Amino acid sequence: MPIWNKEAECASSLARQTVQLHRLQNMVERVYSRVPFYREKLERVGVNPDSITGLKDISRLPFTTKDELRQTYPYGLLACDPADLVEIHTSSGTTGTPVVGAYTEADIDMWSDVMARTLSMAGCEKGDTVQNGYGYGLFTGGLGVHYGARRIGANIIPVSSGNTRRQLMLMRDFGTTHLTCTPSYSLFLAESAREEGIDFRELALRAGCFGAEPWSESMRAEIESKLDISAHDIYGLTELIGPGVASECDQKNGQHFNEDYFYPEIINPATGEVLPDGEKGELVITSLQREGTPLLRYRTRDITFLMREPCACGRTTARIHRLLGRTDDMMIIRGVNCFPSQIENVLMRIEGTQPHYQIVIDRGATHLDEIEVQVEVEEAIFSDLTSGMERLRKRIHDELKSELGISAHIKLVEPRSIARSEGKAQRIIDKRSI
Amino acid sequence: MIIKQISIFMENTTGRLADVTDLLAKAGINLRALSIADTTDFGILRMVADQPDAAVQVLKASGFTARETEVIGVEVPDHPGELARIMALFRDEGVNIEYLYASLEHSADKAVIVLKVDDVNAGLAMLEKHGFSTIPSF
Repeated sequence: MPIWNKEAECASSLARQTVQLHRLQNMVERVYSRVPFYREKLERVGVNPDSITGLKDISRLPFTTKDELRQTYPYGLLACDPADLVEIHTSSGTTGTPVVGAYTEADIDMWSDVMARTLSMAGCEKGDTVQNGYGYGLFTGGLGVHYGARRIGANIIPVSSGNTRRQLMLMRDFGTTHLTCTPSYSLFLAESAREEGIDFRELALRAGCFGAEPWSESMRAEIESKLDISAHDIYGLTELIGPGVASECDQKNGQHFNEDYFYPEIINPATGEVLPDGEKGELVITSLQREGTPLLRYRTRDITFLMREPCACGRTTARIHRLLGRTDDMMIIRGVNCFPSQIENVLMRIEGTQPHYQIVIDRGATHLDEIEVQVEVEEAIFSDLTSGMERLRKRIHDELKSELGISAHIKLVEPRSIARSEGKAQRIIDKRSI
Repeated sequence: MIIKQISIFMENTTGRLADVTDLLAKAGINLRALSIADTTDFGILRMVADQPDAAVQVLKASGFTARETEVIGVEVPDHPGELARIMALFRDEGVNIEYLYASLEHSADKAVIVLKVDDVNAGLAMLEKHGFSTIPSF
């Protein structure tokens, strides 16, 4: 597999730390002198640009939260001359005021580099054809992949999200080698291909980069088998750049963090204390090189841990484990903490069940939390005996109970009755007013 | 002879049965016998049709989970005691019946009993040995 930027990705730890410290010092200087919001925050904790003498000093910097990004909408965090901006992205803003990412030419250049690294990890080279099923427009997935593929010199089909029949037609007719979209959409494509009589084994498709929503190892196995490809997990967020913060190589043992641009820390989300490598906690990221909207110690709310053991691919960058959940999508049901990914894992262990499920949480007449897990019945698990179907239901119930410690009502539903999204899948419907 | 029964998974919602019968009507498929097993959340519709393969294809194309199940059809005269004779045979031979349903053939003055047993070939052999006529379709 190609390594796009050997100098950065395979650097010795001394060389990397030297670059990181130099960039961190410049970054603190940049936001201190250009962003009043950060100057005030830094002064409040008694830090100025001269305070940063080593990488460990990063823990003296204040955190930045998503709420603060909203409060400073639209340009409160801008760290460059507005005339130097070449592109603006915002989050969808469905949960409030959108958060803004502003890019200069240099920022787009950096983004292209990290996305070229990402696509290379999935084996993409000049001569390959990338079908980009991420939405173009304000969703960073579309243009992020686009810039990376341009940098590599690959052929891009900017199909964007949706229009499944056309996706399949283009894939077949133009010999797409790499697919980029959400993991749930890749499975939707596989289902639709079956109906259209398209066999993935006969296509040129070799690999896919999937992100923007949480998924599991078992879902990877499902995608790899149904699409006959290598499926790579990619990580990023609009607040920091978009996709390209971290991505999986062919070893698929954690996502390589582009540490020369983004400094990762894992903290205890309750206390803010920095945790050692290998310990689970909230991922916090500091921009080391960004002109438009750099962030200091941004609280991602993503839960993972850092791995620094050498990777067989030859890259020396730290890796983050596949996301273990969010500090904020954790469901608390009757006082029990659980993540949708745990439910997904249980379902995938049961042969023949599809990763199409929905979780409905409600409070019944007793005012106690009730959880209903809706599972689609495909042919592989369909028995013409009610006793057979009840056995299946009991098995799902019992396995969930042993995994989560809670008793869920399992509702078997017809295939396709759970709404498919062409973007992020809506897994949880919480009807409780908490 | 083995009959191919069509089994369909259905959610317990108003109008769902109408969706199925409408699909089959439009495809020109004639139903011979049917039965529904229902639970709180879902039901399983079982039916015998004149073109089982085509019926399953039509249903699947419309997104239903449907499959063919092997069952036995026994033709008996339409008068008291006939079903009792068959049930006694199954009891005496120790063959478990998973479910059954019946259909009348008015013109022929006969009834057809559709039986699902766990070992369909053993069930057929037993019935034939005792002189019952099983039918390939009806």
